[in-house]
Amino acid sequence: MSDTHAQTVAYVRDTMLEPKPAPSTQTGAVKWLRDNLFSSWLNAALTVAGLLVVYLLFTHFFPWFRHSVWNADSLKECRDIITGEFGEGATGACWGVIRERWHQFMFGFYPPELYWRPVLVFVLLFVALAPILFTHLPRALLSFSAIYPLLAIWLLWGGSVWPVVMTGAGFVLGYLALKLLGNVNGIIAGIAAFAVPILFWMFAVGPIDDLLKQIVPISIQSVDSDEFGGFLLAITIGVGGIVMSLPLGIILALGRQSDMFLVKSFSVIFIEFIRGVPLITLLFVASLLLNYFLPPGTSFDIILRVMILVTLFAAAYIAEVIRGGLAALPRGQYEAADALGLDYWKAQRFIILPQALKISIPGIVSTFIGMFKDTTLVVFVGLFDPLKGIPDFIRSVFEWKGIYWEPFIFVGAIFFILNFSMSRYSMYLERKLKRDHR
Amino acid sequence: MATASDAPNQGFRLSQLIYDTRYRSLTIQVVVFILVMGGMAWLIDNTVQNLQQLGKDFNFGFLFNRAGYDIGQQLIPYTNDSTHGRAMLVGLLNTLWVSLLGCVAATVLGIVIGVLRLSNNWLVGRLMTVYVEIFRNIPVLLWILVALAFLTEVTPAPAAYRVNAETGEAQASMLLFDNVAITNRYTAVPAAEFTRGLGAIETPLAPISLNFLALAVVVIVSVWANRRLVAHANKLQETTGFRPVTWWKSLLILFGPAIALLVALGFHLVPPELKGFNFTGGVNVSNAFVALWLGLTLYTAAFIAEIVRAGILAISKGQTEAAFALGLRPKRTMNLVILPQALRVIVPPLISQYLNLTKNSSLAIAVGYLDLRGTLGGITLNQTGRELEAILLMMLIYLAISLTISGAMNVYNKSVKLKER
Repeated sequence: MSDTHAQTVAYVRDTMLEPKPAPSTQTGAVKWLRDNLFSSWLNAALTVAGLLVVYLLFTHFFPWFRHSVWNADSLKECRDIITGEFGEGATGACWGVIRERWHQFMFGFYPPELYWRPVLVFVLLFVALAPILFTHLPRALLSFSAIYPLLAIWLLWGGSVWPVVMTGAGFVLGYLALKLLGNVNGIIAGIAAFAVPILFWMFAVGPIDDLLKQIVPISIQSVDSDEFGGFLLAITIGVGGIVMSLPLGIILALGRQSDMFLVKSFSVIFIEFIRGVPLITLLFVASLLLNYFLPPGTSFDIILRVMILVTLFAAAYIAEVIRGGLAALPRGQYEAADALGLDYWKAQRFIILPQALKISIPGIVSTFIGMFKDTTLVVFVGLFDPLKGIPDFIRSVFEWKGIYWEPFIFVGAIFFILNFSMSRYSMYLERKLKRDHR
Repeated sequence: MATASDAPNQGFRLSQLIYDTRYRSLTIQVVVFILVMGGMAWLIDNTVQNLQQLGKDFNFGFLFNRAGYDIGQQLIPYTNDSTHGRAMLVGLLNTLWVSLLGCVAATVLGIVIGVLRLSNNWLVGRLMTVYVEIFRNIPVLLWILVALAFLTEVTPAPAAYRVNAETGEAQASMLLFDNVAITNRYTAVPAAEFTRGLGAIETPLAPISLNFLALAVVVIVSVWANRRLVAHANKLQETTGFRPVTWWKSLLILFGPAIALLVALGFHLVPPELKGFNFTGGVNVSNAFVALWLGLTLYTAAFIAEIVRAGILAISKGQTEAAFALGLRPKRTMNLVILPQALRVIVPPLISQYLNLTKNSSLAIAVGYLDLRGTLGGITLNQTGRELEAILLMMLIYLAISLTISGAMNVYNKSVKLKER
């Protein structure tokens, strides 16, 4: 310090001041409130309006939930209990209907002693999905994924094991034909892979089936389609539809991107037709018109018919999603595949589709969520969906006449949990698969 | 000139159809064509056989027969003596009407929710997120059924609006200054009437109201005149650098003539009034319609909110900053820089939501609203037993609606496409 200073300034501080705490408006809860809720007059008004909405919702619904009654066998009993406990005019939720009928919401009219079968199928679904979703699991598990659909069909509908085994045997024969003849001639092998199973199913299955049924009669109790209902029905149709629609959707998307005029036009016509009509009309086709389109005398299961139409419906939407993925790939990827000398299918398998499908995952999952929500429409062709079919049935008995909100809330909550978790999973997958760093 | 890549010229061999890339695509297309045509022929042949077995034929003559059933809501005159064809038309108009109102309401609600979700208000943002997630993840059928259950179970009967003579009070009170009454059977709203109306032109299809025709002409002319005014102002600005004040002229041109016409025609609203057990005077909108409209609106608004939010987020902050750096004022930044880019992202998915809403309106079956599916694909089908014709016709009509909307979208997309190189 210079001398001049020493003479002019009486006192010079030589230690730092302790930092003062920030003003109370700039820290902690107050700052947060000011920033997030009351930053301007408009914001303050919005906050007050929001609080009002929350308050109104709370005062309307909380007492109703607080007065819940679980142990009652009819709506009248519920109301008596609520009036007795909370006074005249009190309203409350009557969850007794869920306690008494939850099994119908879940399984429809499936025989109760066989509930273990759908539950087993549902658990095995995750075992079958595991090797597809998590690539580090042993590859041998994929063979279980391959036989899972047939196993699920047998467990759900029951009956003799042999028709299902024969169906599987057809696929195995086709695969064998492809492998054996593949060394000789690719074209012949391809044709044989289609022809052998079809010929096998048309001519050989009947006699072999009869024979096996007599020699080794393995069968479990069979369940009719009209005994299916509730979430069992929704999940069966949803999962069946998505499994079948993915391959079809990929083929349609490739067809629409193809250079061949006829292939492209057929794909476009099919996709635009399906996307242009409501699902309900297609369900009516399934229930009323399919009998016209098939050879006279053919008539098959309504769930299968619905599933076929739902598959076609979902396939058109998935095709559009995948087309978006194909279009988003840089042109250079196609050219690089050509430059490596890969033929069309090899290029698609190793270069194009893995990338295009990765881009399309969010779209595919949201298509699946949409389809799962749409499975509730099957009520209009006489099936018992969990949203309208089952509650209508429950309301048709005297004890539960006039019960609306509890089934809505129960079924809505299950749909919400399933769909919300699926959309979160797809967001997680999107982040995980992202390779670029933006 | 022969180059190394040319195939050696050995004449045409059959195997070239498969192995030669020049011919292979042709082979594949021929095979696909034969397979598809074969499949179609098989389906048609089956259909013909089935029809023969059932002793039915394939014709649309039933559309000209007497329908014999009533339709609750009719936008064009219809009685049960009208034909099935006219019933179909009434149903189609009902479908379009509920879809139009649903699209308008869902757009307004969706934009509000989407913008509020982006607001920096923590509470409102969370509330809107909850709304979007709840409505997106639960089937629309549930929302329609909830709306119907609410209207029929919770709202009061029309008689509850009657003022009690002794106490001078009614059990229920009407909304919006005694103009709207929500009851458990219908919602009564005011009717629009003209005291000095121009009447209507009778056409075989439907009477065309001259009042609305005149109003439409006046509005179109005003819009055209306003565009001329704005174009003139723009031109003046470009030549002289001075822009005349136009906002009050615009307002006058846009609304003046229309209001003058409405006054001249004696336009007024007639509020519903309780007479006996029912409301009369106004229009009684059935609960089926309101429930369907409400369910579709609430559900679709959640999707539109997400689209609006994504569109706004898609425009990077740099765009705003660049516009400010160029000296544009906030309003012009919004109009000239942000909105054109955001709309390019928002409009295509928005229109596909409109399409979804229109298709979802076929859920009218759940509430008993007679739309196209309820008339042609419902009662007409059941009465005449012509499933094949009715369902095919219904699908074709829905397809035509969808293709029209998506055609309009393609025109729009082309007009706003980035003009590159």
